[in-house]
Amino acid sequence: MVKKSIILITIFTVLIVLPLIVPRFYVYLTSIILLTGLLATSLNIAIGYCGIYQFHHAIFYGLGGYGTALVITKTNLPYYIAFIVGPIVAVLFSLIIGLICMRLTKLYFGMLQISLGSLIWAVVYRWYSFTGGDDGIHGIPVPDFIADAKGNYYFTLFVVSISIFILYRIINSPFGKTIQGIRDNPIRTVSLGININVHKLIVLLIAGFFGGVAGMLFVVVDNAVFPDMMFWTYSLEILIMVLLGGMYTFWGPFIGAIIIVTLRTYLGSITQYWPMILGLILIFVIFFLPQGIYALIENFVKGKAHNADS
Amino acid sequence: MLTVKDLYRDFKGFMAVNGANLEVTKGEIVAVIGPNGAGKTTLFNLITGHLKPTAGIVQFKGEDITGLAPYKICRKGISRSFQIVNIFSKLTVFENVQLALFSKYSKTFRMFSKASKYFIDETNSILEKLGLLEKKDLNSELLSHGDQKVLEIAIALASSPDLLILDEPTAGMAPRETERCIELIKKLSKEYGLTILFCEHDMKIVFNIADRIMVMVRGTTIIQGRPEEVRCNELVQKAYLGDIC
Ligand SMILES: Nc1ncnc2c1ncn2[C@@H]1O[C@H](COP(=O)(O)OP(=O)(O)OP(=O)(O)O)[C@@H](O)[C@H]1O
Ligand SMILES: [Mg+2]
Repeated sequence: MVKKSIILITIFTVLIVLPLIVPRFYVYLTSIILLTGLLATSLNIAIGYCGIYQFHHAIFYGLGGYGTALVITKTNLPYYIAFIVGPIVAVLFSLIIGLICMRLTKLYFGMLQISLGSLIWAVVYRWYSFTGGDDGIHGIPVPDFIADAKGNYYFTLFVVSISIFILYRIINSPFGKTIQGIRDNPIRTVSLGININVHKLIVLLIAGFFGGVAGMLFVVVDNAVFPDMMFWTYSLEILIMVLLGGMYTFWGPFIGAIIIVTLRTYLGSITQYWPMILGLILIFVIFFLPQGIYALIENFVKGKAHNADS
Repeated sequence: MLTVKDLYRDFKGFMAVNGANLEVTKGEIVAVIGPNGAGKTTLFNLITGHLKPTAGIVQFKGEDITGLAPYKICRKGISRSFQIVNIFSKLTVFENVQLALFSKYSKTFRMFSKASKYFIDETNSILEKLGLLEKKDLNSELLSHGDQKVLEIAIALASSPDLLILDEPTAGMAPRETERCIELIKKLSKEYGLTILFCEHDMKIVFNIADRIMVMVRGTTIIQGRPEEVRCNELVQKAYLGDIC
């Protein structure tokens, strides 16, 4: 317990001083990693902790981004409204898509979600006059205090920290335990008088909301949105982050996000075969790391502690 | 308390429950017996809402509960255990019971408080009642089969039901575990005044603890009555029990 909080405090301190010591590009990269980490963690709430086949999570990321971007570029409303509207748009669509998909279970839920999500993607991709079509929207202005790399880094760090803290609390709350019960044994859970569908729907809203928050942060950091953010292949990429890091662990998906974003940044720019690399990573995870990297680290640390004891 | 009237359930042309009738009064222990495939589990699933009947009525405390969702039926006061052990195997023994209490006290939507702080005393007292207190921190999949079955009863009890339904509570238990489980069922009925409906293949157990017995053959109720009546009923003997009168 104590050890864990020491690790957390250390990481947090490093994150706070980071922009003071590293070049701007790395500050930008870390911001992207942080918001992507939140994105993967929010997906894990649904797929890992509640067993819902949320196959098109990128939709909520995209909606959060577009919601924010459109309010900023098309209206005169204050910025903070734009930052709130993004996640709210994501929640609303999460509710609608959830209500439709909940009629189906497991894989069918996931397939229907991919279809509906692709529909939304197609609308965004085509509607030039409103969404900017395949170009997306670029050069989105943000308030001065978060306009430079350092400013938006601290903003991202702040929002991601709070979000992760909230998600952590949720996982360890009675609600969190209930959804894990639903995942492990739905039949036993209903027999306890628990309304599974209502709980699942709330999980979808939570996942959608924080996916939307990540999308909003992307607008702040990158000043742009584009349809690829919500293309189904990106959903697959987030899913791979979750699997790579460890689906049933809280921090696993974040670690997965760090690895995938870093790899994409360095390999994606020198080769055109990023999807193939992703595929190889997926195969590697399925065969050699079914529990994810976090479990590996945990076992390693525990093993060491064990050796030290004896 | 519970009345089942002319209940039918069709599985694509096969009548698994084919005219079942059952009456359970408050405070009783009622057993359902019948050969393998007689439809006992299906009957319990119909009562608890896990399956919807093709025809017929289920009444509980004077209210029609036919075809209600299982979680609603639980809230009306019916809890159950399953024939094949059905627990939260990744949770500890303690957490299994605690989860049932979250539901009982409508705390399953609490998102920002620590789960581990809730209902510690009540969970402990239920576990103590059932003799599982020393094992409360074990992962429940590490329990012996017999203990897992008892844990399932503990989970069902945590909802404070008026009617407890047990599907073959002693199936697969070692003789000593079986004895302990029988004592437990008797205790729940006597000391806590629980109404219990169960099914069981072991006739010794059935005639030992049941106040009344309902006999089911090929989905149909043949008779429901006191153990002596059932034991000596001609139809039952022909269909099932053979010569034991
Ligand atoms: N979901 C289902 N689909 C089709 N047939 C089913 C289904 N569930 C049960 N049955 C059939 O219904 C009949 C009754 O099954 P049920 O499990 O209720 O019997 P049972 O009395 O509990 O038997 P046992 O003593 O072996 O537990 C069996 O022939 C079974 O094959
Ligand atoms: Mg059965």
